[in-house]
Amino acid sequence: MTAISDSPFRAANQYIGKSLPRPGAKRLLAGRGRYTDDIVVPRMLYAAFWRSPFAHARLGAISIEAAAAMPGVHRVFIGADFAAICKPWVGTLSHFAGMKSAPQLPLATEKVLWAGHPIAMVIAETRAQAEDALEAIEVELDELEPVVDIDAAQLPDSTLVYEEAGSNVIFRTRIESGSTASAFEDAEVVEAEFRFGRHTAVTMELRSILADYDPSDGRLTVHQSTQTPYQFHDIYARHFGLSEAHVRVVAPDVGGSFGMKLHLYHEDMAVVGASILTGRPVKFTADRMESFLTDIHARDHRVRARLAISADGMFRGIEVDDVTGVGPFSAYPRTSVVEGNQVVRLIGAAYRLKDYRADLTVVAQNKTQMSQYRAVGHPIACAVTERLVDLAGARVGLDPFEIRRRNYVTQDMYPHKTPSGYSFERLSLEECLDKLHEAMDYEALRKDQARLREAGIHRGIGIATYVEITNPSPAFYGVGGAHISAQDGCVLKVTSSGGIQCLISLSELGQGAEAIVGQIVAEGVGINPNLVRVITGDTDMTPVGGATWACRGAGIGGETALQASKKLKGRILEIAGAILQCSPGKLDISDGQILDQGGNIRMSLGELANLAYFRSDLLPKGIQPELTVAHHYAPSGYPFAFTNGIHGSLVEVDVETGFVKILKHWVIEDCGRILNPLLVDEQIRGGVVQGLGAAFFEECLYSKSGQLLNGSMADYLVPMACEMPDIVIGHVETPTQDTELGAKGCGEAGTAAASGAALNAVNDALSPFKASITQLPMTPERILKALRVV
Amino acid sequence: MKARTFSFRRVTSVEEALAAFASCEGEARFLAGGQSLLPALNLRLDAPDLLIDISRVEGMRGVSVSSSGLRIGALTRHVEVLRSPLVAEHASLLSRAAPFVAHPAIRNLGTIGGSLALADPAAEFPTCILALNASLEIAGANGIRTVRADDYFRALYETDIGPGELLTAILIPPPSHGQRVHFDELARRRGDYAIVGLAVNAVIHDSNVKEIRLAFSSVGPIPTRAKTAEAQLIGTFLGAEGIASAQAALANDLSPDGTDEVSSETRMHLARVLLGRSLNALLREDK
Amino acid sequence: MSEQVSITVKVNGSIVRRMVEPRLTLLDFLRRDLGLTGTHAGCEMGACGACLVSLEGRAVHSCLMLAVQADDLSVETIEGLSENGSIADLQAAFFERNALQCGYCTPGVLITARDCLSTGGVPSRDEIRDALSGNYCRCTGYEAIVDAIEVVARMRAANAEGSK
Ligand SMILES: Cc1cc2nc3c(=O)[nH]c(=O)nc-3n(C[C@H](O)[C@H](O)[C@H](O)COP(=O)(O)OP(=O)(O)OC[C@H]3O[C@@H](n4cnc5c(N)ncnc54)[C@H](O)[C@@H]3O)c2cc1C
Ligand code: FES
Ligand code: FES
Repeated sequence: MTAISDSPFRAANQYIGKSLPRPGAKRLLAGRGRYTDDIVVPRMLYAAFWRSPFAHARLGAISIEAAAAMPGVHRVFIGADFAAICKPWVGTLSHFAGMKSAPQLPLATEKVLWAGHPIAMVIAETRAQAEDALEAIEVELDELEPVVDIDAAQLPDSTLVYEEAGSNVIFRTRIESGSTASAFEDAEVVEAEFRFGRHTAVTMELRSILADYDPSDGRLTVHQSTQTPYQFHDIYARHFGLSEAHVRVVAPDVGGSFGMKLHLYHEDMAVVGASILTGRPVKFTADRMESFLTDIHARDHRVRARLAISADGMFRGIEVDDVTGVGPFSAYPRTSVVEGNQVVRLIGAAYRLKDYRADLTVVAQNKTQMSQYRAVGHPIACAVTERLVDLAGARVGLDPFEIRRRNYVTQDMYPHKTPSGYSFERLSLEECLDKLHEAMDYEALRKDQARLREAGIHRGIGIATYVEITNPSPAFYGVGGAHISAQDGCVLKVTSSGGIQCLISLSELGQGAEAIVGQIVAEGVGINPNLVRVITGDTDMTPVGGATWACRGAGIGGETALQASKKLKGRILEIAGAILQCSPGKLDISDGQILDQGGNIRMSLGELANLAYFRSDLLPKGIQPELTVAHHYAPSGYPFAFTNGIHGSLVEVDVETGFVKILKHWVIEDCGRILNPLLVDEQIRGGVVQGLGAAFFEECLYSKSGQLLNGSMADYLVPMACEMPDIVIGHVETPTQDTELGAKGCGEAGTAAASGAALNAVNDALSPFKASITQLPMTPERILKALRVV
Repeated sequence: MKARTFSFRRVTSVEEALAAFASCEGEARFLAGGQSLLPALNLRLDAPDLLIDISRVEGMRGVSVSSSGLRIGALTRHVEVLRSPLVAEHASLLSRAAPFVAHPAIRNLGTIGGSLALADPAAEFPTCILALNASLEIAGANGIRTVRADDYFRALYETDIGPGELLTAILIPPPSHGQRVHFDELARRRGDYAIVGLAVNAVIHDSNVKEIRLAFSSVGPIPTRAKTAEAQLIGTFLGAEGIASAQAALANDLSPDGTDEVSSETRMHLARVLLGRSLNALLREDK
Repeated sequence: MSEQVSITVKVNGSIVRRMVEPRLTLLDFLRRDLGLTGTHAGCEMGACGACLVSLEGRAVHSCLMLAVQADDLSVETIEGLSENGSIADLQAAFFERNALQCGYCTPGVLITARDCLSTGGVPSRDEIRDALSGNYCRCTGYEAIVDAIEVVARMRAANAEGSK
C-alpha cells in the first residue's frame, strides 16, 4: 500500500495500525497531569469578571473605587483600559461574502450584548478575594430590548444587536444546482421542520489561561487550555502589537476541547491585557457558571426541508431552508457561519442527486456566541437528511436499508461531485450499510420489535448515514484570510543515544495525537516507539502548524510525521552508508539497528549518533553530523478527505412517560487507514455519546429576556454512565490516495450521526401511534406531545 | 465560585449547638453533611456569618429501634440509611428510596436530617417520612418537641424548624401487619432530582386497602399527600378500576407548577402514570 | 477577612498542619495549599465527580467539604493512592483499555472505582454504571471505563479465589 510497506523489515517495525495504549496516559492516571490551572508561577495574580446580568443594555457609569480598595485587590480594569492597548477583533472572513459582525474588545465599552458579557475585571491575590471585590463594583446599565427569537430578529422593526449592520441577519447564502422546481413537479414529496437545540461543549476541564508578560524584555508567555497554540500566538501578537518572536503560547495538558477551545474569548484577551498592564502573571480559570455563559454554544438551527421522490423510491431533489441563531457577533477567528454553511452543503451528500437548493440565514441575537463544536453542522445535516430518507422509505414502502441502498452514490461514480460542490475521492457507503445490517442482526431485531410491540413494549430501530469532512485544505479558512494553518510541521532529532525527539505542530487533547505520531515515526524510521518522544503544544519549540481541529491530526499531521521520518531515515542511512562504505540503498533500519541486505546488524542507531555528535572527527570527509530534519506537509489534492459511515440505534420508548432507554448503538465507520484501532474506537464512542447527549439531553434554555436558564451542571443535562449504552464498532478502510499514509479523520464521526440514528429510532418506535418528532433533544415532554398524550 | 467569608465553629453537643446559634449576632447556619449547603455557599446564593458544624455532635447519629418504633438520628448519613438492616426491617420505604438520592459520594456525606431540614420538594426522604407518618424531633431553647410530618412542611424550603432550632431525630412508627410500601420516581438521569416521585405506604389485606398514604415529590412547593386519591382507595379492592379512579382523583390533590422543561400538564400526567405503576406494583407484591 | 483556623489533617498518610480560612474548600486546600493538583475542579457543586477524594476510606466530593471540616480526619488523594500502589491494578487496566482520554475526570473516576470494588465480588455492568452515576466524563463515552473496572473486578475475584 505505501512505500514503507515495501521495507522487508516492516513486520519487525510495524506499529501503524496497532492497538497500542497511549504513552502519555500513565501520567494522567497517576494524577500527574499538568493542566493550565495546575500551574503556579511566582507573583501570580487571579482574575475575576463582573458580568452583565442583562442580555442587551447600554453601558453607563462603572464605579470601581470600592472594589479597588478591597483586601488583596491589585487592580480593577474596565473596557477603556484595554481599548487603549488591544486592537478590536471582527469575526468575518472574505470567502463568506457580505458577512457582518460587531467588532469586539476584551471588556464591553458601550453596549453589553449577552447576559454574561464581561464589563469589569478584578485582579487580586486570590480568586476568592477577586470575587469578594466584584460585589463592590457598581455598574449602570440601561436595559435594551433583547433580540432572542430567530424569527422576531428578522422583522423590520426588530431591535438590532449590531446597529451598524442595519439588520440582524449577518450572513445569507443560497446554494443551487439543477432545478428543484422540475424535480418536485409530479413527485412524491416528504417534508418536515426540524429544530436543533443550542448546546455546548461542557469540557471537563474549564477554560483556563495564565498570561505572563515580562516588561523587562517585552516577552509574553501564555499557558492556555487550547487546541490551537499557533492560532493564539498570532492573535496575541497582532492584537496587542507585540513581535511574534516575543510571544510564546503553550498548551499543557488539555482536559477536553471538542472545538470549544479554539475560539477567542473576551476573557483570554483581558487576561493577556491585564498581564501587560500590570507586568505580573495573571491567571483566569472559568468556573462552571462562567463556562456556561461564555464558552461557545453550538447548533441552534431550524431547518425546513423537503425531498422529492419518484414512485420507485428514487430521490429527485431536495430543498432546504436553514435559519440559525449565532449569538451577538461572529466568533473569531473562524466565524459563526461555518456550521450553517456545512449544514446546507452536507444535506443529501451521500445520495445521487442533481437538483438541490438550500438557503442559509444566519441571525444575530443576544445570547452566548455560537461557533464550531465537534462535528460542526454534520449532526444537523445528517439528522435532516436521514429523517427525510426514512420518511421517503415509509412513503413508498421501502425498508430503511433498501431505500438507502437504492439512492447512495455508487462505487462507479467516484470521483463524485455533490450538487453542493463537495468532491468525494471514494466512499464506502454500500459496504458500510451491509456491515451494519449484519452487525445489528437487523432481521432479528425487527422480529423482536414486532413481538414486543404485542406486549406493549415499544422499541425503535434507526439508522443514519454520514459523510464527514476531514483533512481540510486552506479552502476551509485560509482562503478567507484567516491566519489558520492547514499544514503541519514536524522536526525530528536523533538523540545522542539513538532515540528520537519529535516536535510536531499537532496538539494533544487526549485523543492520542502524540501516540499515533510516535507510532508513525517509529515505523517510518525503524525504531521502537518507546524511544520516540513526541513534543506538542509549545510555539517556542514546535514548528508552525494547524494543530488539532476539524479532524486533521491523523491525516495531515500523521502524513507530515511519516514524510519527516522518511527524510530522517534517509539521512541516517546516508551517514551510515558513508561510515560503512556501502550504498545507503542497501541498508535499512530495524528496531534501532542498521542492517545490511542480508539482515546483518552493522551498527546501531545509538552508535551512529554517538559518532556523529561526539566523534565527528571519525566521520568520513564531507559528511556532516546532521541528524535533525524538518518537514512540512499541506494537503494539495482534494480540498477535503471525506469519510463516511453509518450508525444504528436501538431504543425503547416508554410511551406513557416519554422516557427513552437507549439499548444499544452501532457504528460502522471508514476513516481511511486506521493508525491505532484502540484510539479510533474510543474516539468514536466518545463522539457517539456526545451525539446522544444532543439527541436526548443537552439544551441551553433561554428565557424571553435572553437569560440562560439552565447554566449549571445540575440543570444542563450531560449524558452520564447510566443512561449511555454499550457501543458496537466496525470498520471499513478506504485510504485516501492523496497521501502516502492514507489516513483521514475520525474524531467527529461518532457525533455526526448518533443523533440522527436516535431520531430515526425514536420515530420508528412511535410509528404505530402515527406520531412523529423532529426536535432535538427529544425530551420526555416532547415525546409525550408527539404522542398527543399531553 | 468561591464562598464569601464566614466564621466556623465546631460543636459536639446539642446544647452547644443551640447556644452557638443563639449567641451569633449575624446569620448562622448549621452544617451537617454540607451536600446542599456547600453548593449554596460556593455559588454565593447563601452567605451566613457563622457556620456551626454539627457533624460531630454526640448522639445525633445512628439508628435504633424500640416499641414505639424506629429512631433515626438526624446526622445519619444517606449511605447508612441505605445499608442499615434496622431501616430495611422497620422502615423499608426509606431503604427503597435511598438509592435514588443523589450519587454514592453525596450519600457518603449527606445526612437524612439535612435533607429533611432543607425540605427540597424534589427530594426523596421528605416524601417518605410523610408517607410513613413519621414524627420529627426538634430541639430548641425550650427543650425538645416532636412534630408530625403532616404538620412539618410549611412552604418552599420552609419547615416547622424555627430559627436556631435543631432537628435531632426522625421517629417512625412500627410497621403494621399487612404493610406494603413502594417508592418510585421519574428522573431524567440516575441520581437527579425527580420530575415526579411517589412514596406509598399502605396496609393491604387480601387486596383490600385498609390504609394508604401517598406522598408525591416535585408537584408543589412541599412534598404533597394525595388525600383525595387516598380516600378513593381506602376500603376498596385494589384493582384496575380503583387505580383508575385514584389516578383521576389526583386532579384534586395536585396542581404542579410548570417549569422550563416540564409543563404543569406533563408533570400531572407523569404523576398519574407513576401512581398507576406504583399501585400495580403493590398489587403484584400482594399476590 | 475572617480569622484563620488551624487544622491538622492526615493527607496521604502524612500529618499536615495549616492555617486556613474557614471558607476554603478541601478541594482548594489540596490543590492550592498542598499542591496536590491531581484532584480537579469541574463544577464546585457536587455534580461532576472530578474532585473526588477518599475521606476516612470513602469517596467524597472535596468541593463540598471545607478544609476545616477535615480537621483530625484522614484524606487520600489520587497522588497518595498511586504512590501506595493500592489502585495499581485499576490504573493498569485503564491504561490497557484506553479508558481515559484527556484524563481530567480520571482521578475522580478511579476513586469511585476503588469504592465500587471495595466490597469485593464482581459487580454487574449496570452496577458499575450506577456507581459511576456521579462521574462525568466528556471524552470516553464511559464504556471503556466500565470495561476496565469490570476486568479488575474479575481479576481480583480470581486472585481471591486462588489464594483461598
Ligand atoms: C449534585 C447533587 C445531587 C443531589 N441529588 C439529590 C437527590 O436526588 N435527592 C435528594 O434528596 N438530595 C439530593 N442532593 C442533596 C443531598 O441529599 C443533601 O445531602 C441533602 O439535601 C442535605 O443534607 P446535608 O446533611 O448535606 O445538609 P447540609 O447541606 O449540611 O444542610 C442543608 C440545610 O439544612 C440545615 N440543616 C442540616 N441539618 C440540620 C439539622 N439537623 N437541624 C436543622 N437544620 C439542619 C442546614 O443548616 C442547611 O440549611 C443532591 C446534592 C447534590 C450536590
Ligand atoms: S468539582 Fe466537585 S463534583 Fe464537580
Ligand atoms: S477522559 Fe476527558 S473527561 Fe473523562
